[in-house]
Amino acid sequence: MSTIYPFLRLAGLEPLVVRPETNFVNIGERTNVTGSKKFARLIRENQYEEALSVARQQVENGAQILDVNMDDALLDGVQAMTKFLNLLQSEPDIARIPIMIDSSKFEIIEAGLKCVQGKCIVNSISMKEGVEKFKREANICRLFGAAVVVMAFDEQGQADTLQRRVDICTRAYEILVKEVGFDPQDIIFDPNIFAVATGLEEHNNYAVDFIEATRIIKQKMPLTKVSGGVSNLSFSFRGNDHVREAMHSVFLFHAIKAGMDMGIVNAGQLVVYDEIEPELRRLCEDVILNRNNDNNEATEKLIAFAESVKAKGKVIVKDETWRKEPVEARLTHSLINGITDYIETDTEEARQKYPRPLDVIEGPLMDGMNVVGDLFGAGKMFLPQVVKSARVMKKSVAWLTPFIEEEKKNNPNAQQGSVAKVLLATVKGDVHDIGKNIVGVVLGCNGYDIIDLGVMVPADKILDTAIKENVDIIGLSGLITPSLDEMVHVAHEMKRRNMKQPLLIGGATTSRMHTAVKIAPQYDNGVIHVLDASRSVTVASSLLSNEQRDKLLNDTLAEYQQLRADFEKKKTIKTYLDFEKASANKTAIDWSAYEPVRPQFTGTRVLQQVPLNELVPYIDWAPFFIAWEMGGRFPQLLEDEVIGKEATKLYHDALSLLQKIVDEKWLNARAVAGFWPAVSTGNSIRLNTDESYYNLECLRQQIKKAPGQPNFSLADFIAPEAAGKEDYIGAFSVTIEGIEPHLQHFIEQHDDYNKIMLQALADRLAEALAEWLHAKVRTDWWGYSKNEQLTNEELIKEKYVGIRPAPGYPACPDHTEKYKLFHLLGGEQTTGITLTESLAMYPAASVCGWYFAHPQSQYFGVGKIKEDQLEDYAKRKGLSLEEITRWLRPILED
Amino acid sequence: MKDIRKALEQRILIIDGAMGTMIQRHRLTEADYRGERFKDWPSDLKGNNDLLCLTQPAIIEGIHREYLDAGADIIETNTFNSQQVSLADYNMQALAHEINLSAARIAKKAADDFTAKDPSKPRFVAGAIGPLNKTLSLSPDVNNPGFRGLLWEEAVVAYYEQIDGLVQGGIDLILIETIFDTLNAKAAIFAVKKYFQDHPDQPELPIMISGTITDASGRTLSGQTLEAFYISVMHAHPLSIGLNCALGAADMRSHIEELSQIAACYTSAYPNAGLPNAMGEYDEQPEQTAHFLEDWAREGFVNIVGGCCGTTPDHIRHIAEHVKKFKPRSLPVIATETEV
Repeated sequence: MSTIYPFLRLAGLEPLVVRPETNFVNIGERTNVTGSKKFARLIRENQYEEALSVARQQVENGAQILDVNMDDALLDGVQAMTKFLNLLQSEPDIARIPIMIDSSKFEIIEAGLKCVQGKCIVNSISMKEGVEKFKREANICRLFGAAVVVMAFDEQGQADTLQRRVDICTRAYEILVKEVGFDPQDIIFDPNIFAVATGLEEHNNYAVDFIEATRIIKQKMPLTKVSGGVSNLSFSFRGNDHVREAMHSVFLFHAIKAGMDMGIVNAGQLVVYDEIEPELRRLCEDVILNRNNDNNEATEKLIAFAESVKAKGKVIVKDETWRKEPVEARLTHSLINGITDYIETDTEEARQKYPRPLDVIEGPLMDGMNVVGDLFGAGKMFLPQVVKSARVMKKSVAWLTPFIEEEKKNNPNAQQGSVAKVLLATVKGDVHDIGKNIVGVVLGCNGYDIIDLGVMVPADKILDTAIKENVDIIGLSGLITPSLDEMVHVAHEMKRRNMKQPLLIGGATTSRMHTAVKIAPQYDNGVIHVLDASRSVTVASSLLSNEQRDKLLNDTLAEYQQLRADFEKKKTIKTYLDFEKASANKTAIDWSAYEPVRPQFTGTRVLQQVPLNELVPYIDWAPFFIAWEMGGRFPQLLEDEVIGKEATKLYHDALSLLQKIVDEKWLNARAVAGFWPAVSTGNSIRLNTDESYYNLECLRQQIKKAPGQPNFSLADFIAPEAAGKEDYIGAFSVTIEGIEPHLQHFIEQHDDYNKIMLQALADRLAEALAEWLHAKVRTDWWGYSKNEQLTNEELIKEKYVGIRPAPGYPACPDHTEKYKLFHLLGGEQTTGITLTESLAMYPAASVCGWYFAHPQSQYFGVGKIKEDQLEDYAKRKGLSLEEITRWLRPILED
Repeated sequence: MKDIRKALEQRILIIDGAMGTMIQRHRLTEADYRGERFKDWPSDLKGNNDLLCLTQPAIIEGIHREYLDAGADIIETNTFNSQQVSLADYNMQALAHEINLSAARIAKKAADDFTAKDPSKPRFVAGAIGPLNKTLSLSPDVNNPGFRGLLWEEAVVAYYEQIDGLVQGGIDLILIETIFDTLNAKAAIFAVKKYFQDHPDQPELPIMISGTITDASGRTLSGQTLEAFYISVMHAHPLSIGLNCALGAADMRSHIEELSQIAACYTSAYPNAGLPNAMGEYDEQPEQTAHFLEDWAREGFVNIVGGCCGTTPDHIRHIAEHVKKFKPRSLPVIATETEV
């Protein structure tokens, strides 16, 4: 007589039975739009055929279950899940393994279940939103015959202690088996793998807790399975795959012994436990098992080890065979790989080989750069690599320059190369130039002669230079909103001066729409918005080609006309409230139920030198990668199939420069914050200092909202007089000082790569300082949120109580309120920040803003406002309508 | 209250043979199919066998009685195509519920008569639920593999209505059969479970599941191996799992042997009368079919046997005669722990 055991049985076209002797089951993780940028792009671009090849690779690499996730705000998840799974069913080589349908939205899970004939796993359900919802969803999974992953999550939140993990899983088990009728073997628990070695002592036992929870769960409920997302564990070592892989292996070694059955892993990246070098294995073991870890000792040791590996890693990979190639090939190799080590010797060798120094530039160097340009255009190289190539190019040219000068002196008639010239400038009033510098480098790499006028350049200077140098293209850049008007002004001036050059527009606040509606009508000889540096190359080359120029300009003209027409059409759709009505519909706050917290001090406090190493953990890296045109979620992008490798290199370079900045104190972090009693007077906030008072003027949303939704204004978040409470408002500024000599040094070294890197890091440090200071304010100086404990990720997601909106940004779009803010904080002397005429802050790596503490205060965008509010606002500010219109133009409905 | 599980413990049960083959023998005309009620129906109705439950109930009842007389313990309602999706071929979606209700009542009446005659051999009515004429896992358009001719919801709604008609008509069992796309079967299972959740006053009826292996590769039409197919429908907690149609007994043997080893529940097998000849007719003689099934019974592969396409009351009589001397396959031990 045979015996049937209660194994977890899954099926695609073929069965997968998880027996006690079954090894750890690998769940393929790349068909996940949140984890793989490549997969996300393919789905977003409707390239399902190629997306299937990602799935096929997973199967070929040994995935035994395929995790499919379509949770992306930009996707119709139900439709994408349905389409992908339907297509997948017709690929027998993929469909042979079971599917894990992965979503945080149950409707997407249901859509997936409707497409798959085999027995799936649903990932996941939990009691997060109550038992009733949990039971309802579990029942549906059962009707579809799916196994379920249950997250250790309940109404109180995610389980982060051993006891909570076990309790929640036990409770879920009872409900599933006794009330829903689930077979115990179809239940898979995910008792939450969290990051360890974060530096916070309360995180040190997370891995131990998971392993112990696994042991207890498997003892109490032996038929169930335990799974988890392993890469979370080593989150704090992102960028260092060597250490991460070792941590994963050590963790799995212990977790599997405790009973862990399966996990979402990148199977190809696991190292064999026995093959980890003994020292690293011991350090990982100490960290994971939380041994010898008093005062984070084990953590510190692993971090130190990680640093040493990073340094070592670079030396090992050197392959010098390319040095045996002819000089042209060596130059190309150096250019493509960004190697500066031999560039001067190789350039000199080439100079002696070619008749004239210019021939070296126009011959092998340009050939090499063309290869770089082609690879970049084809998406096979990424911006940081291109910038490194440019650094090599510049060094080579710098070597040749004296010889070219010499030749010119001896033979003035010798023909010099005529390359197209592009003038670049950040417009008057604006100090932000990282994007512009990148465009300059990329165009330079493609053979253009770049004239970079720097930042805060008035229109006259731009146009005079353009005429004098006879440039072929003018490119303008800007980051803050007043720069948009300045660009309109430049375009207007170009028409007045009868100029012929096409005008390129770029920068973070610029847009195709604004360019079409506001700038393009000012100038007739071509205005084109350029989305990013990579696009600038094709646009520039089209503009300089006699064949393509007219077509590009005509196409753009037609496109912008269409955009203008769309814009006109759209305008009529939005309905606005009278300002009076909007003011009546303010945020409903029950002031009687709120006791404002009195800050520790009123007036200001200055921190002249915040230690930089305290800021490092607060850095939000995602914008850093965006600056380098490598978008995506951090740290996942480091493992992305397309950009992951280069992003990791960039990240290493950034970390090593950052280390230098911190160790050698290149930069100084200065912060100022202050608090004052304040009272809301409807649309203004009256702030009282010891000597005087300020009326802070706020703008209110005027668009008609859905019933029950308020028309927000920052003034709503401060208690009104009638509430009878003493409320407070805060203000702050932070800045990163001292960048100039280091930038100068890199410029002299022809090192754009490190120049841009330094600027981008300074920006990150300023933002980190703002985050650090805000945390200090919440928990200490103002102290309204004394017990908060947030991870950096939660900070980035703005999970804290209270807000810190900045003048000039969506919640308070009027830049001119910065005058009051800086006056309150003690002006340039105290803050170390200068305001330009457009109210940009210098140094560029600066942040300022107001502090609001009320728990209902939130970030919002004022959006467009109407004439009636504008008039009222002008009156309140004591400015002429004309003056205020100039400042608020971007938010005026026209 | 008769209990099929008790009967299954004692002996191998016999399920009836082909309905279509028997209807053919009556050489019915278009007019016979239409009857009085559908004489003006705009489309041809000949071949709509399930409609005969409304227009020729006596013929259908007669066929049931022939099978019961031959020794069938379980008879299938004449409802293989009786749901909205398939009936759309005749534009008769609206009749789905009525046909199922009527078919169940006809079969029930015949079965009850035989049970009354010999209570020691209770007879059971299985509500026959076919595979639909469209598939949820396969695209009807080879150039567009992501396309589907049928939505999950449409399948569930159609099955749910069919189940309601059958249950109201008094069936004892639900038989989801001739499954060549497991996803269709999952929609049927979903509808059954949902139906009994929505009708807590109705006692939940046992489900029999019978898949179809279409070729020598041993896979279903939608590509699953036998074990994968079984795992994918295990959540129905069926009374029995089995195979029917497509293959004759000779080709079905290895598959039923495999199934008998992995199934946690009873097993069933009702093959065709061999493979069709050049004229599309089945020539395998009752004695031959019975001979194969006798072998399976001897080996302990099966709990329920009978016939599919081409089999007749004569086949069933011979099968019943040949298997009755063997003990039924015993259910495997269902362990509650994973360790041996």
